[in-house]
Amino acid sequence: MAEHTVKAFDEDIGRLRGLISQMGGLAEEAIDGAMRSLQRGDLDLAQEVRAADKQIDAIESEVERLVVRIIALRAPMANDLREVVAALKIAAVVERIGDYAKNIAKRVPLIEGEHRIEPISIIQAMARMAAEMVHDVLDAFAARDAKAAIEICERDNALDDFYDAIFRTLVTHMVENPKTISEVAHLLFVAKNLERIGDHATNVAEMVYFAATGTQMAEREKGE
Amino acid sequence: MTQKITAHDVNVFYGEKQAIRQVSIDIDQEDVTAFIGPSGCGKSTFLRTLNRMNDTVASARVEGDIRLDGEDIYSKDMDVVQLRARVGMVFQKPNPFPKSIYENVAYGPRIHGLASGKSEMDAIVEQSLTRAGLWAEVKDRLSDSGTALSGGQQQRLCIARAIAVDPEVILMDEPCSALDPIATARIEELIHDLRGRYAIVIVTHNMQQAARVSQKTAFFHLGELVEYGDTNDIFTNPREPRTTDYITGRYG
Repeated sequence: MAEHTVKAFDEDIGRLRGLISQMGGLAEEAIDGAMRSLQRGDLDLAQEVRAADKQIDAIESEVERLVVRIIALRAPMANDLREVVAALKIAAVVERIGDYAKNIAKRVPLIEGEHRIEPISIIQAMARMAAEMVHDVLDAFAARDAKAAIEICERDNALDDFYDAIFRTLVTHMVENPKTISEVAHLLFVAKNLERIGDHATNVAEMVYFAATGTQMAEREKGE
Repeated sequence: MTQKITAHDVNVFYGEKQAIRQVSIDIDQEDVTAFIGPSGCGKSTFLRTLNRMNDTVASARVEGDIRLDGEDIYSKDMDVVQLRARVGMVFQKPNPFPKSIYENVAYGPRIHGLASGKSEMDAIVEQSLTRAGLWAEVKDRLSDSGTALSGGQQQRLCIARAIAVDPEVILMDEPCSALDPIATARIEELIHDLRGRYAIVIVTHNMQQAARVSQKTAFFHLGELVEYGDTNDIFTNPREPRTTDYITGRYG
């Protein structure tokens, strides 16, 4: 894409993209940190993750201000407009992803005996998959890559299967070890949060697809 | 959708220089159509072929087929004065006659013999000024000079003058470029009100204006029609890279 005649417009767009990728990086770190603190029962790390969420919220506000400024001053059109609107929506979604990670961190102190609970390893694998979706979808946004966006949406099915498997495993575990019910219930919420993170990453992928192509992903599927 | 004007393979030359290349376009009766493009892209030249205003330029030569309701407007049988009554025009700078407001509007209907008697003419003047959104402001001073009005009022007077001869199509060549934002908004509102009664074609440099007032947009570049489609699509998801570059402010 060629540069704008007005260079400051390119600078604004560049800054907007920078903020989104920074936010994405923080959200990814939050998922990773929350899961590591869960794995090790590291309460300090869990507390760090909860505190770091404020940073994500602050960047979201900055994105909002910048988007309003760009729309007011630059009157973006066509692909520029789609990208700016997508950035605004993506920032809100990434903020939600950060909240889910924070929520996982909040549960760490309540799952003291987690090392005794076998299914924890499979939840770690699910978390890696969810974090990768977040990472890759923000790369797709930066590259305006519609194809990658479709591929990420398709991964969500696998993540849902993961969740179903974990759900069954945890329920079985609760039945067999009634003493662990309250802790395992928290693990169920952790798995559910990861499943929701995947849904949000899928939403972002749809926004990336629209920003890149100007058509809704649903329309594409109907068209085929 | 009824096609009011159909143009097919139109070429325009000024002497040796070709200003329009193989342009084909259909203008809808019910829509406002905007022509956009950088300076010198041929949009005004093409607009002027639609009521043969280029006839007045000695070096201009028009090739191709342009029809108004299926009638070839470049045929020998076409009465150019009648054509320009059917296809009216509003220019960039308001150009009222140095006559009274009333006379500015009454002039066209009088030379075309559209009114028999004073009361009929009064009715035409009132209706035209009302449709142009100017009646309330000038009804008590119809004998004042048209040139004494503000720029925005003068432009609406010119629109009233174009409307007075009961045209079918109104061509507007950057009608707001000499007006302030408030007067511009009033003209845009007027275009919205006139839509449906007249087929309207507007040339504008202001892309936001094209996006606001039109249903169809045509993008011209270097004498070619690059892209023509629903205004919605042109401004949100144009198909041609050249259109994208122009409307997003990346043009060369």
